[in-house]
Amino acid sequence: MNFALRALLEVQETTLLAARAARRLFRRPAYVPEMVAQMDVIGVGSLTIILLTGFFTGGVLALQTYPTLKYYGAQDQTGRLVATALVRELGPVLSGLMVAGRVASAIAAELGSMVVSQQIDAMRALGTDPVRKLVAPRLVALIITLPLLTLIADGVGIGGGWVVSTQFFGLGSSSFMAAVWDGLTTDDIVGGFVKTVAFALIIGTVACQKGLSTEGGTVGVGRSTTTAVVATSILIIVADYFITRALQLVFGLPTG
Amino acid sequence: MSSAEVEEREREPTGAAHGGVSEAAAESTFHEVDDRERITPAIEFRNVTLAFDEQVILNDLSFRVQKGETKIILGGSGGGKSTTIKLILGLLKPDSGRIIVDGEDITDYTEAQMMSVRKKIGMVFQEGALFDSLSVYDNVAYRLHEQNVPEEEVEQEVRRMLRFVNLEDAIDKMPIELSGGMRRRVGIARALVGGPKIVMFDEPTAGLDPPTARTICELAIKLRDLEDVSSIFVTHEMNNVKYLTSEYAVVNDDGEIVFEEEGQRLCLTNTKVLMLRGGKIIFEGTDESLHKNQDAYIQRFIRGH
Repeated sequence: MNFALRALLEVQETTLLAARAARRLFRRPAYVPEMVAQMDVIGVGSLTIILLTGFFTGGVLALQTYPTLKYYGAQDQTGRLVATALVRELGPVLSGLMVAGRVASAIAAELGSMVVSQQIDAMRALGTDPVRKLVAPRLVALIITLPLLTLIADGVGIGGGWVVSTQFFGLGSSSFMAAVWDGLTTDDIVGGFVKTVAFALIIGTVACQKGLSTEGGTVGVGRSTTTAVVATSILIIVADYFITRALQLVFGLPTG
Repeated sequence: MSSAEVEEREREPTGAAHGGVSEAAAESTFHEVDDRERITPAIEFRNVTLAFDEQVILNDLSFRVQKGETKIILGGSGGGKSTTIKLILGLLKPDSGRIIVDGEDITDYTEAQMMSVRKKIGMVFQEGALFDSLSVYDNVAYRLHEQNVPEEEVEQEVRRMLRFVNLEDAIDKMPIELSGGMRRRVGIARALVGGPKIVMFDEPTAGLDPPTARTICELAIKLRDLEDVSSIFVTHEMNNVKYLTSEYAVVNDDGEIVFEEEGQRLCLTNTKVLMLRGGKIIFEGTDESLHKNQDAYIQRFIRGH
């Protein structure tokens, strides 16, 4: 099989898995406890890295852009720049990448080990559908928690930008915040939300598909984990471009 | 047949002539249904073939496992033994041929339809395949929890099953804390919850020390003789074959389960051997005829050299 055919096959498998998970979501029994447990693992568990990433990204944005803006005499626009950059791009993408690194690897490794040790076979033999019991709760948990995590990253990032601008460059707190409020539009927030949901879908389906299709013992588990992280990361960045373009077509080009 | 039974049979036509027709007829139909039920094989393979790409795993495989029978599937590694079991569970689908489980042709069943068939089957996996994230209790209770059975009933059933495999003390442990033999036994307990009439063992004694392996075989014998379970026992170890084909379990006068060797009093006919090689059946029959078989491969397999 050549590379293109294999890639196409992967896309088909992943799409089918997502469709199956979506269909099974509404059938009984609904695995609510599993969903809550996964939200805890994925959402609450990723909080620390999201807080750190968000804060320092916002900080470094201010650090890099303030001198340039000052050159044009527009340093009071730092808040606007930090906020729009975070909400439109860096918040969703960086949260997506961090969660991809942390969660996609964990999901692929866990499901992969279960395949290798015949636990998935055992689950099917005991009359449970692994897609419903394992895939669907993880997908739902990701779709609910990733937008929330991104929201937190955006907020903390703006905080980081504020700290750097006011404490380091001596910009007035009120002019920073005024620029933030001035710069953000509903379109930005809706667009950021659309992106995170798409990224959550990518992380969940690709990681689960990679995990469940693990072959070849413990080495296979390692391979699945690596591919899951690499594939989700690349897909997030590529998808980000196309979603941004699509949003521009829907909302019109941003003016601010 | 005892003389009393003979007398009763001879009297029957007379009774019918005196107007007892309907009663006699009803009785005979009842027996017929019962017999037909009994005659339906637990598992039947009809010309099953399966290949992965170019590699043929099973080649035109046909066999039956009768109700209450234990079929030992022997063969070297890669002979298609585990594949056979996976086909019965519907975890794999054959390329051609039919598979019939308890009178139902499952060959074209969808995953959703298979779920109800799998409820009739208990499966013991090679290494136990316990869920690492769940305790022994939750592992054994898995099926019942999925069916939302009340917790009191679940606990009762789990304790009964763990007593059957003699592991009640391990109820609160995690799988990682158990030895290989204990993990297999928990796997057996989990498979037996819900009282399946078909149980499959996939090399349950591989890698275990002889006394532990013996315990596992005793469990299989108990299931066969005391619970009327049909089973497939996949193995490549000849001492397993010896135990399963020469011993039987009975309840003695004190109510204890004891194992006796077949001999003058009883000859075991409910355990047959099936030998696979390269996806084909190269032997089918009793252990006695297996030992008499002159095929060079079979002789080498039995003697180990």
